[in-house]
Amino acid sequence: MQLIFEKSKNGRKAYSLPECDVPDVLLNSIDSKYLRTESPDLPEVSELDAVRHFTQISQRNHGVDSGFYPLGSCTMKYNPKVNELAARFDGFTKIHPYQQEKTVQGALKLMYDLGSMLSEIMAMERFTLQPAAGAHGELTGLMIMKAYHQNRDDQKRTKIIVPDSAHGTNPASATVAGFDVVEVKSNDKGLVDIEELKAAVGEDTAGFMLTNPNTLGLFDENILEISKIVHDAGGLMYYDGANANAILGISRPGDMGFDVVHLNLHKTFSTPHGGGGPGSGPVGVKKHLTEFLPVPVISKKEEEYYMDYERPNSIGKVKSFYGNFGVLVRAYAYILSMGPDGLKEVAENAVLNANYIANKLKDKYFLPIDTECMHECVFSADWQKEKNEVSALDIAKRLLDFGFHPPTIYFPLIVHEALMIEPTESESKETLDEFISVMRQIADEAENTPEMVKTAPHTTVISRLDETTAARKPILRYLPFY
Amino acid sequence: MSRYIGNTTDDREQMLNEIGYKDIDSLFKAVPDSIRLKEELKIPEALSEMELIKNIKSLSDKNLNTDEYVCFMGAGAYDHYIPSAIDQLIMRQEFYTAYTPYQPEISQGTLQAIFEYQTMISELTGLPVSNASMYDGATALTEACIMSCEATRRNEVLISSAVHPESRQTLNTYAKFRNITVKEISYKNGQLNLDELNSKINKDTAAVIMQNPNFFGIIEDVEAIAEITHKNKSLLILSADPISLSILKSPGEMGADIAVGEGQPLGNALNFGGPYLGFMAVTDKLMRKMPGRIVGQTTDKEGRRGFVLTLQTREQHIRREKATSNICSNQALNALQATMYLTFMGKEGLEKAARLCLNKSHYAYNELIKTNKFKPLFTAPFFKEFAVISEKPISELNEKLLKSNITGGYNIENDYPELKKAYLIAVTEKRTKEEIDALVRKAGE
Repeated sequence: MQLIFEKSKNGRKAYSLPECDVPDVLLNSIDSKYLRTESPDLPEVSELDAVRHFTQISQRNHGVDSGFYPLGSCTMKYNPKVNELAARFDGFTKIHPYQQEKTVQGALKLMYDLGSMLSEIMAMERFTLQPAAGAHGELTGLMIMKAYHQNRDDQKRTKIIVPDSAHGTNPASATVAGFDVVEVKSNDKGLVDIEELKAAVGEDTAGFMLTNPNTLGLFDENILEISKIVHDAGGLMYYDGANANAILGISRPGDMGFDVVHLNLHKTFSTPHGGGGPGSGPVGVKKHLTEFLPVPVISKKEEEYYMDYERPNSIGKVKSFYGNFGVLVRAYAYILSMGPDGLKEVAENAVLNANYIANKLKDKYFLPIDTECMHECVFSADWQKEKNEVSALDIAKRLLDFGFHPPTIYFPLIVHEALMIEPTESESKETLDEFISVMRQIADEAENTPEMVKTAPHTTVISRLDETTAARKPILRYLPFY
Repeated sequence: MSRYIGNTTDDREQMLNEIGYKDIDSLFKAVPDSIRLKEELKIPEALSEMELIKNIKSLSDKNLNTDEYVCFMGAGAYDHYIPSAIDQLIMRQEFYTAYTPYQPEISQGTLQAIFEYQTMISELTGLPVSNASMYDGATALTEACIMSCEATRRNEVLISSAVHPESRQTLNTYAKFRNITVKEISYKNGQLNLDELNSKINKDTAAVIMQNPNFFGIIEDVEAIAEITHKNKSLLILSADPISLSILKSPGEMGADIAVGEGQPLGNALNFGGPYLGFMAVTDKLMRKMPGRIVGQTTDKEGRRGFVLTLQTREQHIRREKATSNICSNQALNALQATMYLTFMGKEGLEKAARLCLNKSHYAYNELIKTNKFKPLFTAPFFKEFAVISEKPISELNEKLLKSNITGGYNIENDYPELKKAYLIAVTEKRTKEEIDALVRKAGE
């Protein structure tokens, strides 16, 4: 497959601009030291060349609409098409962030209402929609926690506790927010070890970050005790909402004792992942933390919506403007399409689908923690690895030959050769049965014809890539230019 | 069952049966009863698709859009032309319904597009290493600052007060939590005050941060700033307007170590402030310190060219608490839109668009000054945006323009209280002479 630069030919063009209808500014009216002597070497192609190029490269991608995408912890549910339509209304795409408030009342109402609905779903007091992604939400939430302690002049609270099953972003975000990180181990049931937690908390505890259900797909049944331990020590409870799909309409983080939550609208609320972004990571807080939310917050006075910047204890801004608005429109459309019953059905079916897969595969793959899971189940390829040297990676690659996106592999870190499967509520029994049958077949192949699995994939446009050389001798741009 | 759920009620029964559960509730037995939600969530009942469209359309219709209200507002987000093919191509599901390209064999589309994006950003900025994009211009600038502190092992940065106010605010938030000292350098005739830079720069200065063209639209003397910065062994971070880079000297050529900027002008709609993308490019020396994703070229077993996420040892999911950035995604779809934009515009088109911006903004400036209702704020050269002092208060002026279906410029006084009645006007290639004349007529009344 050629790069667009390799299709370029001098003098070819795809652009169309009107003739200049005002006097020319002579470039020599600007000091030549400011001017470029050589134009950037951008492609020169026809419109059809460009359209074919992007169409052809798109065909080398697998999306949710292409087929099953059980990538654990990423909640690859269906992205409803009407949400795409709604997000493209002119009144949303063609409004400038600095227009007068009275000219964007519809946009402000949408943001205000979305914040209120998220607050109800998560049992929080108020949300900010500013963070651009989950990790950005984590950072914002942690900054709010730090601001809370500092505002109480409680300067000694410098530590954030995270379980060893946490997403890698949790400790990274805590560090970026200026905290020290303390890790607590999980117990043999995959849950927070209460004794370890008790030993870890103290006067220096700023807070505890937890994903519940956790990255093993397990709901921590001791959550109320955990919250109490952390709160009694003077810390705050942070809810990593990456796995919120399982609890919609079932249980709410605010009721579990959490003080701060972030959500990934691109997971739980169906907005498309876009090949890695844009996402959106709104942060909700309980009443005692609202004063620290980033500015502006969207407020309402009588029937007018406005942006409130008059918040002296706010942590400030975490990005330009007000958030990934286009993503917010899609999430708003999703919640209105589902309603309270629909959201509960999401959780129920996501959980049923994960348990169905877990039960149908556990005789072929090692299920380290064999109990009811929530939205995802985590297998280990240990049996295959030990017996025939077939790894989780090999199994993932073999799945590609059957048109499935593989599960998340090698995460969580506490499971050896992890295969983390999240089917989501979007998928039907038929799709799950097909996946189960392929997974069983691969387990048999690992036993009988292991080479078949170890050399997979066999049907994709390229085979396994040499990632070591890529990192050792990086080529990060098209080279003939240099 | 809701329309976005795969199973039927019968499927559910059958599945529960097969795995030995009597009902759905028994799957949730780990959730303590005291925190089980006993009632329905208090959100509106589900809408049908028809009702939904009507509901959301009514919100959209309440906003005044740039097709109906001619936009002279810029200040960090710009109403540039977007070739129509982009809107069609960006809707290909293979792009927008995919996630991070963890499995390169079935993600070559996204990976190749990012590789092409990195090449184009490299070309524009004149710096060899670009990442796959970041949240927006403000966060890219902030991440560049944190990277500079790590790279130089210094803990103070100097930032021009003519950098976008929202970027400075974002930087201040992050810096406060990381104990980085941020000091501002004031402007003189709209440009960074070199004397002040000389007096404030010292052995603790990790980086000097500037914007070009700056918030006032003015072209800065980057090379003079680079010289002072490098003499002090500090790094120069330059936030640039990507459209301007087709005619202005590139950040790399002028001595910037890190180029960042807001990528929205590259084919991304205004969208009330987001999603946009931030771009970042650095020198070879800083390659392994750069945050964010990076795509590299390699080969498969048969020797065919392919692309992968690379240099991942820098990233948070490997380094966890040792990470210096927590970013684990990029703005892939927005970066793809930028790649498409730069492809459709091409070498010649981008330059032509930039020249149109230059010509039209100068025409608007000259005509506004001629009305005698506006005075120049500064006299330094500008690109597509300029600042003037209005006779009337800005709010009154914008109110009046709105009545003539014009969205006026930005009230600079909001962020710079010392600049009374200062008005920032952006003129892109989309503005016609007729539209500019209408602005001048109304504003000059």
